[in-house]
Amino acid sequence: MELSRLPGFLLRRGVKAVAVVLAIVVCNFLLIHAAPGDPASVIAGQSGAADERFLAQLREQFGLDKPFHVQLWIYLKGVLTLDLGFSHRQQQPVWKLISERLPATLLLTGAAFAFAVTAGITLGTLAARRVGRWADSIITILALTFYATPLFWVGLMLVLFFSVWLEWLPSFGMASVGVELSGLEAVLDVGKHLILPAATLGLFYLAVYARLTRATMLEVADQDFVKTARAKGVPEGQVVRRHVLRNALLPVITFAGIQAGQLIGGSILVETVFAWPGIGRLAFDALLARDYAVLLGVFFCTSVMVVLFNLVTDLLYAVVDPRVEVEG
Amino acid sequence: MAVSRRGFMATAATAPVLMRASEALAQGVAPRRGGTLQMMLTPEPPVLQIGVNQQGPTLAAAPKMFQGLLTFSSTLEPMPLLARSWTISPDGKEYVFNLQQGVKWHDGQPFTAEDVVFSIMKFHMELAPRARAIFQLIETCEARDPHTVRIVLKQPFQPFLLMFDATAAAMVPKHLFDGRDYRTAPAVQRPVGTGPFKFTEWQRGNFIRLDRNEEYWKPGQPYLDTIIYRIIPDSQSRRLAVESGQVLLSQASDIEPFDIPALRQRQNLEVNTNGWEYFSPLSWIELNHRVKPLDDARVRRAMSMAIDRNFIVNRLWFGVGKPATNPVASTTRFHDSSARLAAFNVAEANRILDQAGYPRNAQGVRFTLKHMALPYGEIWTRLSEYLRQAMRNVGIAFDMESTDAGSWARRVGNWEYETTINFVYQFGDPTLGVERTYVSTNIQRVTFTNTGGYANPQVDALFQRARASAAAAERQAAFSEVQKLLVEEVPQIWLMELAFPTIHDRRVRNVITTGLGVHTSFDDVFIAG
Repeated sequence: MELSRLPGFLLRRGVKAVAVVLAIVVCNFLLIHAAPGDPASVIAGQSGAADERFLAQLREQFGLDKPFHVQLWIYLKGVLTLDLGFSHRQQQPVWKLISERLPATLLLTGAAFAFAVTAGITLGTLAARRVGRWADSIITILALTFYATPLFWVGLMLVLFFSVWLEWLPSFGMASVGVELSGLEAVLDVGKHLILPAATLGLFYLAVYARLTRATMLEVADQDFVKTARAKGVPEGQVVRRHVLRNALLPVITFAGIQAGQLIGGSILVETVFAWPGIGRLAFDALLARDYAVLLGVFFCTSVMVVLFNLVTDLLYAVVDPRVEVEG
Repeated sequence: MAVSRRGFMATAATAPVLMRASEALAQGVAPRRGGTLQMMLTPEPPVLQIGVNQQGPTLAAAPKMFQGLLTFSSTLEPMPLLARSWTISPDGKEYVFNLQQGVKWHDGQPFTAEDVVFSIMKFHMELAPRARAIFQLIETCEARDPHTVRIVLKQPFQPFLLMFDATAAAMVPKHLFDGRDYRTAPAVQRPVGTGPFKFTEWQRGNFIRLDRNEEYWKPGQPYLDTIIYRIIPDSQSRRLAVESGQVLLSQASDIEPFDIPALRQRQNLEVNTNGWEYFSPLSWIELNHRVKPLDDARVRRAMSMAIDRNFIVNRLWFGVGKPATNPVASTTRFHDSSARLAAFNVAEANRILDQAGYPRNAQGVRFTLKHMALPYGEIWTRLSEYLRQAMRNVGIAFDMESTDAGSWARRVGNWEYETTINFVYQFGDPTLGVERTYVSTNIQRVTFTNTGGYANPQVDALFQRARASAAAAERQAAFSEVQKLLVEEVPQIWLMELAFPTIHDRRVRNVITTGLGVHTSFDDVFIAG
């Protein structure tokens, strides 16, 4: 990659990204408002008693009494100034609600991501090198099982095994509440809470990476340059690392880019099963409560993440494989 | 006793009630100071400021921080709380409350009669539809001195005292709300009350922490140091949390009914279904009378007879709750046990429908109705599935629709449904919690009004008579008559008097001591060693 072309590339992609995100915001806004029910009727339904004045007060406060296009315009203006609005239901600014919950999600999905990528690539490589033998069979079967099993079920089974039977790990939450812990103890405490949800979330992607790595490695291993390397006497370990794996990584990176883009929003199920206080659940609760501002805010963050990681993925291609050139 | 009118000095009459309540308190075990009580709160409420939010979870958690003037025994007798005594004039129009001395808000300011006047006349009047409907009857409300509040009603209103529980009209600090927008005032985020526990921390989606109020006005209380509400969204995870002892108490709909039998087996847990007498939720099939043939009383009667309520209670709710017998729950005042729905009888139901002129077609179906399941958890879906089966037995096809909570509330509020399931709190008195579903003056496009559109001048007149009368006997007569009338008319098909289990570790004591159950201050709850 020629560094001189990078600023131009980033600028062109940046402009496109803003346009894409804005289009997504508008689509989200339309979709959300198309769902029947509004926050006021949800609150009335949950309060056990209501009257016309109550509903009118809520709708006025939430800005729902304004014409639709005015609501959209107000929201777009807010987004353009990076103001995600105010959740009238929770009486808090949306950015505050999201930023409170973001670290928990990033910790969970980051841990799951790291676990899935490292373990997946390692297992995939191992399977490719032992193709047709028992290690390959075991890895393939495991990968297929993780790939096909629903996440929430894996989660519940892990809880049954590790929390209920063995009583090794806590079954829910992000940290022990109501006990005072010092620095290292607190870190270990979070770590203990993290293992089960991160494993649950990571297993599916682990399976994907393992299968992908195995398949592409086998494909690359048959190619002429690998034969050449072997013929000129390069040690097997080096052949695998430098020639096979490096060339086999491109599709894995593509997929990792997709997974990274979902880091924010893709863990609703796991967050629900393990009572993990993350952003996926914030979005889900907001959906049920028709808390439009929060929901749009989460969607906004998610779409920004996706666009951002696509960009990073494209750049990474060029790093891993110098033949790939960046183009706007 | 439950319906007697209070005389001049009601204090004397409350003494036996207090005795009864203290008998319910842990016998023989001396309360132990200290400890953290971990509970759950489902679903997570948006804010904990009672009044600004009136959802179930808020009503359970907020009374730890906020208190009403009164609370109520399991037979719905008033018991003193922030009001240590009260008097009612013989004409039933003047109420005088004498307040506790030395009560302080969590921020150190004294609690006075001015706070009471503000809470009633401004705060709840502005925010809470239920309180507004009743407090509109107030002509004057004044602070006679810092510890006396005098309220004069425009007309006698016998259930008036029931409005002074914390869940109906909690006392809020005037100095933090007056002159501000009540919904956006800073105190909404950091609640300040007079209760035994102070708000400390809320990590959204994770937990709410309340700590002991050292300045609490009851000497020696509360016993607990800390109350923690964990937020656990998945019902199976909640069950595991109870089973593994990670939380010590579950309440309301934390635990799905089908998990209760397994929890009953555990020696260390106590399952208690008392403590819902004040709310007495009653569930029913909500019928939209604008949809034919639901306007035909014979059809509604036949549908009611096609349902085996014992099956619902025993097989779906595993014995938690009671079959409904009429529109007034048996724990609500003025329930008349002689007014009973016709018994379960499929053959008779079929005969009524044949006679009423709804013949079966070739597929054995008389008519088809849409049915919207209640989106509040798995158990309600199971109920609707049972009902579809029961209706099929009498040739009525239920066409199932599924929704989420938002769409459900909107569609019921807009009358855009044919049949659905609903359950409604009765708040101790039929005038407060039953009347609203059946009188034609309350047909509104709002949930929990008479959304079904039932109209019957006789029913209207009887509810009005009971509402306007100050004499308990006269009210009982009117309510008995209306119950007898309604079990013939079956405007809504009552299914069950719901009860929610409070499941707790046996070491936790004094959990349910009043008719409000877990919706109380927990100042006397302790964890035995």
